[in-house]
Amino acid sequence: MSSDISNSGHKPDGGSAPQSAPPLSKPKFWNDPKKRSLLFQILLLTALGFVFYTIIENTLTNLEQRGMTTGFDFLSREAGFGIAMSLIDYTEASSYGMTFIVGLLNTILIAVMGIIAATILGFILGVARLSDNWLIAKFSALYIEVFRNIPLLLQIFFWYYAVLRTLPAPRQSIEFLGSFLNNRGLIVPAPVPEDGFGLVIMGFFGAIVASWFIARWSRKRQELTGQQFPVILTSIGLIVGVPLLLFLFSGLPLGLDHPELKGFNFKGGITVIPELMALWLALSIYTAAFIAETVRAGILAVSHGQTEAATALGMSKAKTLRLIVIPQAMRVVIPPLTSQYLNLTKNSSLATAIGYPDLVNVFAGTTLNQTGQAIEVIAMTMAVYLTLSLLTSFFMNWYNARIQLTER
Amino acid sequence: MKKTLISAAVLMVAMTGTAMAGTLETVKERGALQCGVTSGVPGFSVPDDKGNWKGLDVDVCRAVAAAVLGDATKVKYIPLNAKERFTALVSGEVDVLSRVTTWTQTRDTQLGINFAGVNYYDGQGFLVKKELGLKSVKDLDGATVCVQSGTTTELNMADYFRTHGITYTPVVFDTNDQAAQAFDTGRCDSFTTDLSQAAGLRTRMQDPSAVGALPEVISKEPLGPVVRQGDDTWFNIVKWSFNAMLNAEELGLTSANVDKMKAESSDPNVKRLLGLDGPKGKGLDLADDWAYQIVKQVGNYGEAYERNVGKDSPLGLDRGLNALWNQGGLQYAPPMR
Repeated sequence: MSSDISNSGHKPDGGSAPQSAPPLSKPKFWNDPKKRSLLFQILLLTALGFVFYTIIENTLTNLEQRGMTTGFDFLSREAGFGIAMSLIDYTEASSYGMTFIVGLLNTILIAVMGIIAATILGFILGVARLSDNWLIAKFSALYIEVFRNIPLLLQIFFWYYAVLRTLPAPRQSIEFLGSFLNNRGLIVPAPVPEDGFGLVIMGFFGAIVASWFIARWSRKRQELTGQQFPVILTSIGLIVGVPLLLFLFSGLPLGLDHPELKGFNFKGGITVIPELMALWLALSIYTAAFIAETVRAGILAVSHGQTEAATALGMSKAKTLRLIVIPQAMRVVIPPLTSQYLNLTKNSSLATAIGYPDLVNVFAGTTLNQTGQAIEVIAMTMAVYLTLSLLTSFFMNWYNARIQLTER
Repeated sequence: MKKTLISAAVLMVAMTGTAMAGTLETVKERGALQCGVTSGVPGFSVPDDKGNWKGLDVDVCRAVAAAVLGDATKVKYIPLNAKERFTALVSGEVDVLSRVTTWTQTRDTQLGINFAGVNYYDGQGFLVKKELGLKSVKDLDGATVCVQSGTTTELNMADYFRTHGITYTPVVFDTNDQAAQAFDTGRCDSFTTDLSQAAGLRTRMQDPSAVGALPEVISKEPLGPVVRQGDDTWFNIVKWSFNAMLNAEELGLTSANVDKMKAESSDPNVKRLLGLDGPKGKGLDLADDWAYQIVKQVGNYGEAYERNVGKDSPLGLDRGLNALWNQGGLQYAPPMR
């Protein structure tokens, strides 16, 4: 590269000093844009590294001077406080490290539940807003405008204080289908698997694997012969039917643990605490409004000519939507949808406002306060949200790349 | 929002220089004491209908301001929740934390803070609705209990229930106010906190007479003012400001009679306390009449107790453990000489 430059630089001079030119022609390194930019980058990185080093060093010195404990030893100490809801075995005798896991799992639970509900609701609303039916379209528009424009925290408060708090006390619970709804939450009977239930689960997974093979076979056949096969119906039939049949033939190997009112609260069953319900409702309803708009934008981005062409080919309306419009709309929808998923995950940290035991409430709340190790705890919490968000966006990017239009 | 506050505080710890000493100079220069209080616990720190802060903890702030600045009104009150309080103190946001804070070993030794005394000897109890007819904490098996996060209360309850084999579900809120309200509206069967605070929060419930405390007191809760570690002068000032209130009560000095006593008393103890004799303000870098200003403007400990939490207040608490040592209580201040 440098020789190119020196050659071209000397060309106008012609052959006036051809012998002395080559050794002199090597430019000073600050005149070489490539080396210069490398130098600047190294300088910048060094400066940045120095800034970080100073911050960390300064922090550690200051902490030590003020007699504050540092390090991650606290993670193995006994936590000694209770948590209202835990997906794993947790007692007061568990360690602070366990409170981190419990909080993390609760955060992941609300994020996954919220993403699923918001996606389903959002897609329905997005399509509904484009409906020819005046009532459906206007209802959807009204929903979106109302829920998109009220701050999320207020919506959480609304569901928690105004709706769920006013439910009756345990003794006056609303009873339906063996479940109970009161101001302590929703208590549903817990399924208790008995002997032979493993067969049903095996059947379920077997059906999923079979469906996958059928889908593959049908795609190949369609490419070869053009014949179509009702893959979705068959798959649903298999996944629902096989376990159901096995369940019936093996003599209903599933007991139910019915909740019973004993003392203050219901014993047995599964309790969905109102904090979780309020947060889930608020997050799903709020994010669904944004997803609906994203979906609408995606559908509108597919040129009308495509639909007309499909109609001209004699495709039904449903088929046009499923085979022509949605696949093309998805390409537009996925990137902003990813942002919505990330927002929902991060917004779930508002849980602390109503006492849902998520990561921020349990770990960056109680644990931080009991141990006083703010820097370590906050750093770990931030790392979790960063990792969760990066994983979500990694998955969505992979999915996006998969459904991109392949141009041949 | 809490997260931002804590992170901001963390950043402040990270960024500020090493020189944190000299709180006294900072306060004098600013002309006001910054005091960390609760966001509203009746009797301890709560703003009245005119926006003036009142309470037993507030009186400690006022006493320090009277000693340092000669004016008990020169205090800026900064409401903090339980989770924010220590970070706010250590990062220099407040000069004194006077916020129903329990003195424990971990807090005293690992958080970079020092406890300057005990202005209220408290214990943890449980509030329940009277209609349930409960006789003891042991009847709470299976109950849901509302509690404030980041408090010793949360840990004491866990310890007590665990050792007594009682199952329970904790519902944890950011402030005691929220926890009390959740109990009031039926989210929980019981509400646990320090008994003094329970008495205060009970007055705000829909029907205070329908709520009662169970007989057990399950913990020791010595509550007191807190300062940053590493500034001994300031630590001494806060410690002796409170001691002056106790000694004043013991010597019979009140805000009403202090001027008369200053002019007439021949008791050497009184003379030393009022700065006419003895150590005066020397070792504390304060004016000689610092303790006189406290008694004159804030009053002695007994006066502060009665008007905020005692029989002159809606809380109506007995002196109990908080009576002076020579009247059967635990309040005992080292002599001023």
